Amino acid sequence: MVDVLIIGGGGAGLCAALAAREAGAKVAVLGKTYPTRSQTSMAQGGINAALGNAEEDSIEAHIADTLKSSHGLGSEERIRRLCENGPDAIAWLERLGTPFSRIEGGKVAQRRLGGASAKRACYAQDYTGLKMLHTLYDASLGRGITFYDEYFMLNYIVEDGRVLGVTAIELGSGEVKAIGAKSVVVASGGYGGIYRGFTTNSSASTGDGVAAAMRAGAVLSDMEFIQFHPTALKGSGVLISESARGAGGYLLDSRGERFVDELKPRDEVAAAIWEQLEKEEEVYLDIRHLGERFIEEHLPQERKLAILYEGVDPVRDLLPIKPVAHYTMGGIEVDDRHMTKVEGLFAAGECANAYIHGANRLGGNSLLETVVFGREAGESAAAFAGQNGDRVTASSVQYERDRAFVSAVAGFTNQIDFYEKRDFLGKIFYRNVGILRSEMGLKGVLAAVRQMQKELPFMGIVDKSREFNTNLTEFIEFGNMLELAETILVGAIGRNESRGAHRRADFAQENDEKFYGVHSLSWKEDGVLCNEFGGME
Amino acid sequence: MIKIRIKRFHAAREPQSLEQEWEVKEGATLLESLTEIKCRKDPTLTFRSGCRSSVCGSCAVRVNGKEVLACAYKPKDGDLIEPRRFAPLIKDLVVDEKESFRTIERASGWLERFDQEAVVTPDDEKRTERQSDCILCHSCYSACPVLEVNPAFLGPFALTRVWRYVADPREGDSKTKIDTIQKDGVWDCTLCGECTMVCPQGIDPKNDILMLRARSTQMGHSDPNMGNFGSFGLDF
Ligand SMILES: Cc1cc2nc3c(=O)[nH]c(=O)nc-3n(C[C@H](O)[C@H](O)[C@H](O)COP(=O)(O)OP(=O)(O)OC[C@H]3O[C@@H](n4cnc5c(N)ncnc54)[C@H](O)[C@@H]3O)c2cc1C
Ligand code: SF4
Ligand code: SF4
Ligand code: FES
Repeated sequence: MVDVLIIGGGGAGLCAALAAREAGAKVAVLGKTYPTRSQTSMAQGGINAALGNAEEDSIEAHIADTLKSSHGLGSEERIRRLCENGPDAIAWLERLGTPFSRIEGGKVAQRRLGGASAKRACYAQDYTGLKMLHTLYDASLGRGITFYDEYFMLNYIVEDGRVLGVTAIELGSGEVKAIGAKSVVVASGGYGGIYRGFTTNSSASTGDGVAAAMRAGAVLSDMEFIQFHPTALKGSGVLISESARGAGGYLLDSRGERFVDELKPRDEVAAAIWEQLEKEEEVYLDIRHLGERFIEEHLPQERKLAILYEGVDPVRDLLPIKPVAHYTMGGIEVDDRHMTKVEGLFAAGECANAYIHGANRLGGNSLLETVVFGREAGESAAAFAGQNGDRVTASSVQYERDRAFVSAVAGFTNQIDFYEKRDFLGKIFYRNVGILRSEMGLKGVLAAVRQMQKELPFMGIVDKSREFNTNLTEFIEFGNMLELAETILVGAIGRNESRGAHRRADFAQENDEKFYGVHSLSWKEDGVLCNEFGGME
Repeated sequence: MIKIRIKRFHAAREPQSLEQEWEVKEGATLLESLTEIKCRKDPTLTFRSGCRSSVCGSCAVRVNGKEVLACAYKPKDGDLIEPRRFAPLIKDLVVDEKESFRTIERASGWLERFDQEAVVTPDDEKRTERQSDCILCHSCYSACPVLEVNPAFLGPFALTRVWRYVADPREGDSKTKIDTIQKDGVWDCTLCGECTMVCPQGIDPKNDILMLRARSTQMGHSDPNMGNFGSFGLDF
């Protein structure tokens, strides 16, 4: 049996794996995709650390920026820990061979991202996440970490409040397996996939690990906080990076006029665009004046994607855009060691809510979190495994249940097409649980979500085969998204104020008296969803 | 609308292999078309995907015999879509990538020992910028003719990866790396350039292999094929 089992091989998972390995543990990483295909590969902008390589900067300034952006929902102590460890995280990545962009003299290059008071984001051209992730993967292979690639995790195995492993479908064979471990780190990414068709996220960001954690007894918090990126391609939701506006790009309305200061924080720009779209206006990104040479040199990826998806060459034409879901701030609640309410189950990365981003994430802080807290979670999990020895599962209840479920799905009647419902969920979430929300719309969506939950047994799958059944896994993902959708809605309805990324049309102001430092909490008791605002007077 | 043909495979189905024709929207990417077929017409159609933006490396397939990323290719009327080569078929466009991924481990595609003293200048970094753009899409692997005759060949992307570390000033033990890629490695490549032709990231594995050969020679290795001929003569 391995000591530490990691769920998910993105930035957070691989950092946890490497740290647990450094601490002497036997480590395995299990993922529904190969590690290098994780969403982490998509991060372009950079990873924050107050190195001061490009201009003067300080840890204190990094802390202050992050705290400000969190709107009272970040923990100063945790943010301090994250920012103080920033420089060491970069040094560690450097030792593994990460190919950062450089400045003269060999220091790591840094640039400014939105909301930062200095050039703080270390980057590797427009491929920061890709290069970091691949370097971590190479290093993991070189250190004898075991990989269960293309294993779809279903549930955690929990007995007497302690995690003892997970159940998973081995995709290639279609078999359900139980994999034991002394401790487990979940690093399965966010749940932005709920906004299908309206998100920059990878199609794998379906919140599986978060939903399973709630089923296993963990608490989720601040689920209603979802960051929208102002500029994604209108048709596909593919990201056009902030650097397009940073470099001087304009946002234009249908009449070709500017309507917002393009360099304001993400949530404000997204809200201004939303206002236009609500009026049935189009919104365009205009970078024509930057010139072909500049665009080819600095925004080659965006040009390629614009031509591919919109049939528009931004060198010559206006690019139609829309704001879409980009990052999920909420997630699994963890303590200072990154342990969830389930003993031995740790969480890190976008799936966790470590009280760093609060109501709004700063660009570049999430990659930093995957490294700093990923490593810390790995160390804690290794220590836990060392102290708590083997405990063989007394029964195989979870395994039998999940095996039975997987074979039962094949027998579901399939009278309702879940792919249609999945698109529908994305659409109503975008319209009503998006940039601007109101009680009526939220309640309507809640009713629709509960209805869909009831209808799940009438949905089902067409592909009844065992091997690599993505029809089956997409159905399970849909179930997980519906489970999380409810927690988002309950939080968004109860939080009758506006704070950071959560904007209510019917409560336009921040209500500090009622909600400052107050987190929405969700958990399950005997299968029933419970909610509360923690710390409310 | 245009028509595309998809080569499908499923061990548990009769017949195991078949070619199906589908109508898809003109102007959509191949990945959008595959997704549309799966969600609206035939949920059993199986393929991999992820980012939709050519960076996660999940979706490479063969179109009319050439490797492309499904998310970056727009199908034309009559296109034939097939899975990649030199990997066991699992289902439809999904092949088993275990062995091909394992080439990285076999080639020790990582930083062997970090050199504390090393300074990486912007020029140093530029030298392997391209190589580290690799998204591990396996296109080059599927295009390489050597794998047809020698399945043990380490293949283009693993060797590119080794070069990216060997050329990094931070690598404190390039000797070990070079030693590892002698067998089924740099000398087995025929320098045909097929890998370079298909790489969606503009990487040139062939050239990286040439660089590795040069470094190998400097470190006292030689082309085993040439060596054999030479020693054959000298033995007498
Ligand atoms: C387009 C884009 C650009 C971004 N740019 C930046 C940036 O510049 N800077 C920054 O700091 N942040 C950026 N972010 C955010 C950042 O990339 C993510 O928050 C971060 O990478 C999350 O890493 P992770 O390791 O937590 O999860 P992920 O990278 O999402 O990895 C999750 C892993 O879990 C696995 N998994 C999921 N479910 C299951 C299951 N059921 N069973 C088994 N395995 C499972 C997946 O296969 C995957 O390997 C960006 C995000 C996007 C979408
Ligand atoms: S150049 Fe070498 S590695 Fe590339 S395809 Fe040809 S034989 Fe294979
Ligand atoms: S070298 Fe190019 S073709 Fe080969 S795996 Fe990397 S990105 Fe794909
Ligand atoms: S879907 Fe990620 S590369 Fe095509």
